[in-house]
Amino acid sequence: MQQDGPKGNVLLDINNIEVIYDHVILVLRGISLQLREGSIVALLGANGAGKTTTLKAVSNLLQSERGEVTKGYIAYKGDRIERLTPSALVKRGVVQVMEGRHCFPHLTVEENLLTGAYTRKVSGRVLKADLEKVYTYFPRLKDRRRSQAGYTSGGEQQMVAIGRALMAMPTMILLDEPSMGLAPQLVEEIFEIVKTLNQREKVSFLLAEQNTNVALGYSDYGYILENGRIVMDGSSAVLANNSDVKEFYLGLSTTGRKSYRDGKHYRRRKRWLA
Amino acid sequence: MSFFLEVLIGGLLAGIMYSLVALGFVLIYKASGVFNFAQGAMVFFAALTFVGAQEKLGLPIWAAFPFSLALMILLGVLTEKVVLRPLVNQPPISLFMVTIGLTFFVEGLAQLFWGTKVYPLELGIPDEPIVTTFENWGISLAGVPIVLQEINSFDLIAAFVAGILVAILAIFFQITRVGRALRAVADDHQAALSVGIPLKTIWAIVWSVAGFVALIAGLMWGARNGVQFALTFVALKALPVLILGGFDSVLGAIVGGLIIGALEKLAEVYIGPFFGGGIEIWFAYVAALLFLLIRPEGLFGDKQIDRV
Repeated sequence: MQQDGPKGNVLLDINNIEVIYDHVILVLRGISLQLREGSIVALLGANGAGKTTTLKAVSNLLQSERGEVTKGYIAYKGDRIERLTPSALVKRGVVQVMEGRHCFPHLTVEENLLTGAYTRKVSGRVLKADLEKVYTYFPRLKDRRRSQAGYTSGGEQQMVAIGRALMAMPTMILLDEPSMGLAPQLVEEIFEIVKTLNQREKVSFLLAEQNTNVALGYSDYGYILENGRIVMDGSSAVLANNSDVKEFYLGLSTTGRKSYRDGKHYRRRKRWLA
Repeated sequence: MSFFLEVLIGGLLAGIMYSLVALGFVLIYKASGVFNFAQGAMVFFAALTFVGAQEKLGLPIWAAFPFSLALMILLGVLTEKVVLRPLVNQPPISLFMVTIGLTFFVEGLAQLFWGTKVYPLELGIPDEPIVTTFENWGISLAGVPIVLQEINSFDLIAAFVAGILVAILAIFFQITRVGRALRAVADDHQAALSVGIPLKTIWAIVWSVAGFVALIAGLMWGARNGVQFALTFVALKALPVLILGGFDSVLGAIVGGLIIGALEKLAEVYIGPFFGGGIEIWFAYVAALLFLLIRPEGLFGDKQIDRV
């Protein structure tokens, strides 16, 4: 499927999965995607398209939300992983950074980071070295290491959340909407760090974003979701230049401004239904 | 003056007994954000098991302790498996409601196993007043030697036990990896799951530790008042302590217990006569109620952090 993406082994292979919540609510209707080792793959789409659910299906946080993969399979490094617990997945190197940060507000920044290493039973010395490494990527956190995470800013909390995931020594991070609620400048900063982590630590990222512009700028490959289906995919550069993507997601149009009514009409006629 | 001190110290020591019970609440609240209504029932269950094992199974006292502990841990693990597991990621009120159900179940279970008789509990701890003048320690107040007559050796030992228990728990929560995970789980179930903390294991641990604390509290209270159904009501005594100290602070449980204990006794002696006495029973609740108005999170409780 993925011809023009980066080379490398397939790390994550999602094959035609269907996810149902509470036995009745069908959210994903056959999603297939692949992530190659060392790449950043973006999942794009509007609210409710199924981006978060896709990530949660991989990390199996679905379980605690009464969601379940009912069809298809998810393979990670060649092994099926749909039935593994989140804890077992973290041990294998798959960590999710949830939408809205989800720091532990009453723990200090440093304690937050340390919880990320829960599954690794290593000595205090190793932990200290790992902490220092996280601090080199997020120098700001070092200044705030003793404050309760609940009192840090939104950007800092996002850094805590990513840093916490790093402490698990992940192979792949499932990053859900890192740009949510952050100033544009901070969004750039966070994405720069993601890129650096990708290059230096060889961490792969599966990234769910609504900020299409930034996400395509920093990713290698992108998938566009609509109503629980993938409607388009391609390398990020190609997607960014696609006229439909430009119009629907980047708010750019080659034909100049259209009236709202025409736009709607156009959109209705040309739905990307697979 | 020495009368005042005597009342005060007597009250503080009685307060420690409340703290012992309050600790169990704090543990579970810290790790799951749930007020465990069943804590009193667990205290009762633990104490009854301890004496029941001796009376009915004929176990010697040294064997009864590990036996009761094992049963409490089993109870904790089963609670996680049967009661809590289906409720992961549900609102705290659901978890609270389920602990009410658990209360009746545990109370019934205890009586089913060991019957409804009132048992005495003998731990071999001397329970006699210690008369101290502090003279040989060189302590006196404005030249008048302090004479304490109502201090009880049992209370002193209870205080000592509580002190050790608190030290262990504090270290456990603040320093260890599992302790940190417990606090993380209390803050955010989902996030804890996402970093690979196994919620089920953590809850089983917490309920087992709470069972252990319930056993200690049950033994101390049982030795004091006898093992009977009324033991479940010591949980109610822990309520004002928790409100004062904060629901999620181990230190708060201790300090809260001390304050409530001292307040009760002092109020009984100095304010009681105006009401015709007997105010010890309700004074703690009034104090807690007033305190709620000033500082709802308690003395040492975590402030609710809301970002706006």
